Amino acid sequence: MHPLLTPINRFGLYLLAWVPLAGILTYLIAVPGKLGWLDAAVLIIPLCLVYQFVCLSAWYSCKAAPIQKSTGQRLWLTHVIAAAILSLLWVLLARLLAYGLSQMLAFQGLDLRLASQLSVLFGAGFLLYLLSVASHYVILAIEDSSKAEARLQETSLLARDAELKALKAQVNPHFLFNSLNSISALTSVDPAKAREMCILLAEFLRMTLGLGEKASVPLSEELSLLHRYLAIEKVRFGARLQMEEDIPEETKSVQLPPLLLQPLVENAVAHGIANLPDGGRVRLSGQSRDARISLAIENTFDPDSTPMRKSGLGLKNVRDRLEARYGKEASMRVSAENGNFRVELSFPADTQEVKS
Amino acid sequence: MSKKDEKRITALIVDDEDLARLVLRELTQTHPEIEVVAECGNGFEAVKAVAEHKPDLIFLDVQMPKLSGFDVLELIGTDTPVIFVTAYDQYAMRAFEVHAVDYLLKPIGRDRFEAALERAKSRLGEKMPAAPELAAAARPPKQFLERFVVRDGTRVTLIPAAKLDYAEAQDDYVALASEGKKHLKQQTIASLEACLDPERFVRVHRSYIVNFERVVRIEPYGKDSRLAILADGTRLPVSRTGYARLKTLLDQRT
Repeated sequence: MHPLLTPINRFGLYLLAWVPLAGILTYLIAVPGKLGWLDAAVLIIPLCLVYQFVCLSAWYSCKAAPIQKSTGQRLWLTHVIAAAILSLLWVLLARLLAYGLSQMLAFQGLDLRLASQLSVLFGAGFLLYLLSVASHYVILAIEDSSKAEARLQETSLLARDAELKALKAQVNPHFLFNSLNSISALTSVDPAKAREMCILLAEFLRMTLGLGEKASVPLSEELSLLHRYLAIEKVRFGARLQMEEDIPEETKSVQLPPLLLQPLVENAVAHGIANLPDGGRVRLSGQSRDARISLAIENTFDPDSTPMRKSGLGLKNVRDRLEARYGKEASMRVSAENGNFRVELSFPADTQEVKS
Repeated sequence: MSKKDEKRITALIVDDEDLARLVLRELTQTHPEIEVVAECGNGFEAVKAVAEHKPDLIFLDVQMPKLSGFDVLELIGTDTPVIFVTAYDQYAMRAFEVHAVDYLLKPIGRDRFEAALERAKSRLGEKMPAAPELAAAARPPKQFLERFVVRDGTRVTLIPAAKLDYAEAQDDYVALASEGKKHLKQQTIASLEACLDPERFVRVHRSYIVNFERVVRIEPYGKDSRLAILADGTRLPVSRTGYARLKTLLDQRT
């Protein structure tokens, strides 16, 4: 579809642009051409009305000969020939109109008077068409660049989406191998416990894979994943890992992006508890107020231990995912005081499932 | 394998997880020549136990709280063969390969354990590669040392990099100056320099590395050299190239 015709206000602008052009042409015919204002206006106004539509046809030749792909010579040849032919036709039309008008008493002899101005008219028609060609090329270039920009935005969105998906579905290899090592130790001393741990690990993996595919899950489901994760780590760390949970029943139906809390709990264990020779505590708490929910994950940590770059990456990932889902509606606060590391997430408490 | 005349081997098991120690103990049980003299749940205990038992062989976990396996190796010196144990650490594994250090991956299989043990037996008495170099090779790229471990007898001190004022070379040792005290550590100043963040620590002299944050001013001293005055009043010599390095860093920051 022609870009100047579709939004109606754009077409209006195009028409408006023709007003001064028609004015100049009328002046040229009227004053230097000595035809007088009335004669000139009566000829030029209808001629321009017709010609502006003719000039719109430049769009098709511009599209057929894109500026990037055509050689300069060919480009010029195409448009100059088109301009000459159209302009010639336009002059013929002018003569026809002048002849018709000259039949009226008021404009008698108009066709004869116009005869001296036909070359001016031809020149004007020629230039106007070329002007139209140039503007169409500009429009095409603008359209191309905005299309490219949109495409770029789309691909970056897609890439981000894929990246988030990959991060969601990631199971920490360190966790996996350590768990397998615990199981292998238990097989000889406590086979029943080894089996229990196998099942916990299998459930954890199955849930991780399943949850990663959804766009949102109720908090209760995320919690049951966390329980399995912590139960596995509890076998590994024994008395070094203590857990507390204070999540009100009514918040458990709130929907949230899947595996949002898991990396935070994993950080709490890997960078908090694992760095403490005597262990510590991981605490999950939540509350809802004013249609918002806030969830906090806290853990004891060793202020002297070196901050791990990996934990910073995990936090950034959670922040990104929150922002991608809730925009400015969500917030994340991280604090580390008195040996207590705390991450608090706050976001709208929707209970409607989000479809992916 | 269980010949009576075979030499007894004393071994130490170091891992912060009970179950992980249990696996290792079980695996050693089929080898009567191996006597597990102690089991340690962290690096501090390990440093003490090494001094006390002088074991022939150490099974040493890499990831432990406060003191990692690399820190322990750094503190106990290179005289005792160590078999490192790790669950998953791509950089550590590569470092072990490069320095030909034995290591076991969790979960530990019987075959792999036997092979490592055989290799360790044949190398009893051999020195381990220098711990700082091994630890440096095991650090992920672009990551610098964030703290130092130093030992005085069996007392272990951790010094965060931010609290290091300067380091001074003393023959085969470096003296780390922090909070008014000096701690001796067996390491060359060049290898220390390689572990430090070049944007925070500057080698101002053949024998000195200074924490850039501590420098309050530079004074001319003699014909070609200068003195760096630190916040606590310490004066350190600055060579011509050292001064150039300080200036580059200053220009970068302003």
